[in-house]
Amino acid sequence: MPFAVCCTACPACFEWNYRLIKKIVAGLSILLALLLALAGVVAAYYWRPALAPINPPPAETFSRQLVEQGRVLAGIGNCAACHTAKDGADYAGGRGLASAFGTIYATNLTPDTQTGIGRWSLAAFQRAMREGVRRDGDHLYPAFPYTHFTHVNDADLTALYAYFMTRPPVYAAPRANTLPFPLNLRALQAGWKLLYFKPGALAPDAAHGQDWNRGRYLAEGLAHCAACHTPRNALGAEIASSAYLGRPMVHWYAPALTSANTAPLPWTKDELTAFLRTGATALHGVAAGPMSTVVEGLKGAPDSDVRALAIYFADVAAAEHSKTDVDAVVKAAIAHSQKVSLVDNDRGASLYVAACAACHSNSDGRPVAVRPELSLNSAVSLPDPANLLQVILHGSNKPGLMPGFAQALSDADIAQLAAYLRRSRSSQPAWPELEAAVVRARAAQ
Amino acid sequence: MHNIIVNGQPLAADVDPQTPLLWVLREVAQLTGTKFGCGIGMCGACTVHVDGRAVRSCITPVASVEACAITTIEGLSPDGKHPLQQAWIAAQAPQCGYCQPGQIMQAATLLRDYPQPTDANIDAVMSGNLCRCMAYVRIRKAIKLAAASGQEMPPHA
Repeated sequence: MPFAVCCTACPACFEWNYRLIKKIVAGLSILLALLLALAGVVAAYYWRPALAPINPPPAETFSRQLVEQGRVLAGIGNCAACHTAKDGADYAGGRGLASAFGTIYATNLTPDTQTGIGRWSLAAFQRAMREGVRRDGDHLYPAFPYTHFTHVNDADLTALYAYFMTRPPVYAAPRANTLPFPLNLRALQAGWKLLYFKPGALAPDAAHGQDWNRGRYLAEGLAHCAACHTPRNALGAEIASSAYLGRPMVHWYAPALTSANTAPLPWTKDELTAFLRTGATALHGVAAGPMSTVVEGLKGAPDSDVRALAIYFADVAAAEHSKTDVDAVVKAAIAHSQKVSLVDNDRGASLYVAACAACHSNSDGRPVAVRPELSLNSAVSLPDPANLLQVILHGSNKPGLMPGFAQALSDADIAQLAAYLRRSRSSQPAWPELEAAVVRARAAQ
Repeated sequence: MHNIIVNGQPLAADVDPQTPLLWVLREVAQLTGTKFGCGIGMCGACTVHVDGRAVRSCITPVASVEACAITTIEGLSPDGKHPLQQAWIAAQAPQCGYCQPGQIMQAATLLRDYPQPTDANIDAVMSGNLCRCMAYVRIRKAIKLAAASGQEMPPHA
């Protein structure tokens, strides 16, 4: 009887099972051999030699202008966000990047000869940036966004190299990654690259102007915006067909940068320019969390580059064609906010009136810049409450702005407050399981 | 060590970074005009200005206002003649007085944002400043008096 595969009690079945198992084992062996052979071919194709170590070039090798250019580029690339640990020495590494696979620790970018990149030639630096390969020939994990840096041109890479090689060397060995077997085998990254890595520069798009192309060069390359704002697949690769549709991060949510963005007002190039330049706009809110480090990094960038990024993303968001009547939306939003703050017997509304309204209420007309109007705020309308909860709990990270209410309000209170803001100040569906989300957000700091 | 500027004077406070600004003001700077009310940012008694904006000092860690300019009720006006203080006296706004420093500091930010505030503006901005004596009617009156005085709001110390 064919159903007795797992039964070995009678000799007939035993014989039948034995033959079946033999067949399965043989088949699996062949499959395994084929897979190993394929892995071997891929690994061989992606095998890279170690590049010769150098003695660190003396600082005067690099012109001051080149180093300064590198400093600005390192800011645009936001290298410090990963490569400078909290309270750690600049670019000495150590920050952990938690992923579904384990934690990967950022490496030391200072020119220390033992633990940093002091022995790296320009060629080794360029190869790491463009191909994701270490000086010793091992593959880097795509947590390091070489998939974007591959678009960076020679001049910019040379300037970045000059900048990092002139930092004070810091002896700091990076912590060991916590990836389980077999993900800790760097050779396997060859397979990942075969599937997901398209090396090479981006050809300029003649259909668009110079500013747009500059914006795309920065955004898709050094600034690696998609690393956070594009959803990733099960193997951690950005899903090209979902470019910039937004995704949850560990403790934050990276909003969609396309027309799928849920903010009530469009991200026009003027709004984006102001947001990226100053970290806040009256019509969208404040850059918080990881995005605040992006704005911080962009501080050194010339206005023209910030504008170029804004032009590119205004196009990604299709915002310039938006028919939204900004003044009408603002007026209605403020009028609505004023009305719903007076609802009696609503715990969320009471909490808002006591704790939030003093700073967040607005009068008719345009909202005051230092009174973030929550009915226009990006965080209130996102698919995920993470950003709003982070700011309620831990406050704004700009000195002297909003304090955190982590010690002041219970999980239930914060959940009620967030639910009230969502209900009263956005047209989006309620966030499910808010209290659990508060517990998770609370653990973030 | 945390360095802040209080009413124009530099202050170095050797306290835990999470120490509420309110304790630094009251215990280290000995400026007891700013009051402790609820300790959870819900009553407004501890309101001071950080770089010109009203902030609840009881939930503001001192480390988060490093190098910021703090103004307390003592520093609002060098001679106590800020238009709001004058209006407060004219309207006889306080009863017990405990919440009044916070009320005045919040009202100063209100008038900066809305120099001629409507009742709705006052209600919205002042609603987080509680007064157990229920002096709200006189507080609103005093704010309107200050707004109508036509006096320029002096810059903070």
